[in-house]
Amino acid sequence: MSEEKAYALEIENLKVEYHVDKEVVHALNGISFKLAKGETIGLVGETGAGKTTTGLSVLRLIPSPPGVVSGTIKVQGEDIGTLSEKQMESIRGNVVSMIFQDPMTSLNPTKTVENQIAEVIRLHEKCGKKESVEKARTMLEMVGIPGDRGVEFPHQFSGGMKQRVVIAMALACSPEILIADEPTTALDVTIQAQVLDMIRDLKKQYNMSMIMITHDLGIVAEICDTVAIVYAGQIVEYGTLEDIFNSTAHPYTVGLFGSLPNMDDRTQRLKPIPGLMPDPTKLPQGCTFCPRCPHATEKCRTERPTLVNIGGEHQVACHLFKEG
Amino acid sequence: MSDVLLDVKNVKKYFKTPKGILHAVDDVTFSINRGETLGVVGESGCGKSTTGRVVLRLLEPTEGSIILDGENISKLSEAKLRSKRKEMQMIFQDPLASLDPRKTVGQIIEEPLRIHNIISSSKDRQKRVLELMETVGLAQRYYSTYPHELDGGRRQRIGIARALSVNPKFIVCDEPVSALDVSIQAQILNLLEDLQKQMGLTYMFITHDLSVVHHFSDNIAVMYLGKIIELAPSDELFAAPTHPYTQALLSAIPVPKLENRRERIILKGEITSPINLPKACRFASRCIYATEQCLHGEPELKEVAPGHKVACYRAESTDKT
Repeated sequence: MSEEKAYALEIENLKVEYHVDKEVVHALNGISFKLAKGETIGLVGETGAGKTTTGLSVLRLIPSPPGVVSGTIKVQGEDIGTLSEKQMESIRGNVVSMIFQDPMTSLNPTKTVENQIAEVIRLHEKCGKKESVEKARTMLEMVGIPGDRGVEFPHQFSGGMKQRVVIAMALACSPEILIADEPTTALDVTIQAQVLDMIRDLKKQYNMSMIMITHDLGIVAEICDTVAIVYAGQIVEYGTLEDIFNSTAHPYTVGLFGSLPNMDDRTQRLKPIPGLMPDPTKLPQGCTFCPRCPHATEKCRTERPTLVNIGGEHQVACHLFKEG
Repeated sequence: MSDVLLDVKNVKKYFKTPKGILHAVDDVTFSINRGETLGVVGESGCGKSTTGRVVLRLLEPTEGSIILDGENISKLSEAKLRSKRKEMQMIFQDPLASLDPRKTVGQIIEEPLRIHNIISSSKDRQKRVLELMETVGLAQRYYSTYPHELDGGRRQRIGIARALSVNPKFIVCDEPVSALDVSIQAQILNLLEDLQKQMGLTYMFITHDLSVVHHFSDNIAVMYLGKIIELAPSDELFAAPTHPYTQALLSAIPVPKLENRRERIILKGEITSPINLPKACRFASRCIYATEQCLHGEPELKEVAPGHKVACYRAESTDKT
């Protein structure tokens, strides 16, 4: 609650480990970022990078055991680590909401759509059944579904419409922070365009802050203000859209862009990143990207780089770059 | 005339459902030249995968002819078809679902060699399997591992090695990289490209990813509700999309760049049901240009420029003026 800049979310040195059998899975290895009110940060990375784990941590939904979470997460200035489970429940869905990737599995198949949304509303607001269903219908209209279809069941909806229902549910209690975990990955491209447009409008309308979890740099370019590139449970590059797209610094980020087909010249050969992301139970001692990096030196093999500022808000965790 | 490997004419695939006839593939005609790639794009349910399966006769076509390298395979008997299958193979989207979990990598790649009796000695077969593994970039040490022990990229390499084992001429790739991360996706696309050059393979590349299809294909067919609505050389299609659906589809691609952002065309509504279709343009209900004419007749696929075909009355009329 400082005077300088209001942050909706502050994450400081977040670490998540899973102790499974005799191994330790290092899912998150010290993630820190701040999300200003009304802004959108994109968490970009590949499968297993720790994007979803970050989102679940903010809702304190990491199962423990086997999960071991350390670090601090402040939601609107309040450290959620100190809250009771009961207090946490009043934050989930109310202050922080999450949209999951697969709309097919995040809806209850045995309940009508409006009843599912109404349930969320009744949980957080004092209102009767009738009132909550009415509000649920208004939410449906807002995401472009006729209110009278609320009496239908999820299987009667197409994929795009189910995702709209999930979004309506997430927004039902006007959360301050929306975590969107690959919200359009399961959708066709024209439907994706509809849904992204809608998310953008609603975000503006409610002045929400948003974490956009995605692997698609195209979506990032359209929706986000700042970007964090996540690799093996660490942020390896952070900056504004311009920093990331026009002054790409980290070799991994360079590799991500190189892997994408060039739309202006289809004959240009793709430049994939060789190898695979390291096994999270056996992370390299030095830089986690080092085994795949074309610029790796001896220092990279032994010493893990931390984020340094390379101008403005642009930060990189790579030995190739010096502070300043 | 160029060297046509696959010639598909008026192919239809209908399914009977309790609600009526489902027009999954409704009169598609196209050809692919030897050594080239035809990309087939469209959204869920447009019939692109069904087309791929019918072309390989994994599904029986309701009507139409499929000519592969001069031979009409739509009428072949089961026995003849089986030996013809050596020439046409498929790579699937989900490598884990399309690989037998109880077989090792070596056994999976070896199986087609045994079934088609290509190599009879088991020692020679093993040698060939190791060769194939090298071709697709799988280290020999994975010979005795099981698919579930490997990552998605390596699993897809097994599927590719298996398809290559019988020396096919033609491969249908059904969303081969959709389940993979971008950095791995690029590795597999490069591999498929190299194999095509080395072995003169012909691909039908089915995908919903428009930037991938643009990069990978010589020609692209855009499908909507069982029909090809536009067919053009890759660059031409992206430079001058003509069908209103193609225009909307291309404008919807999120471009990973900050400059030159395209104006979006947001389509209203969703794809209509492919059951009991009215005799009208299938896109008319979502089209911003739809006129009376579009609601009363079905436009045919007509050439508007060399090699560029469109099924739209509007394209026909603009062409004349």
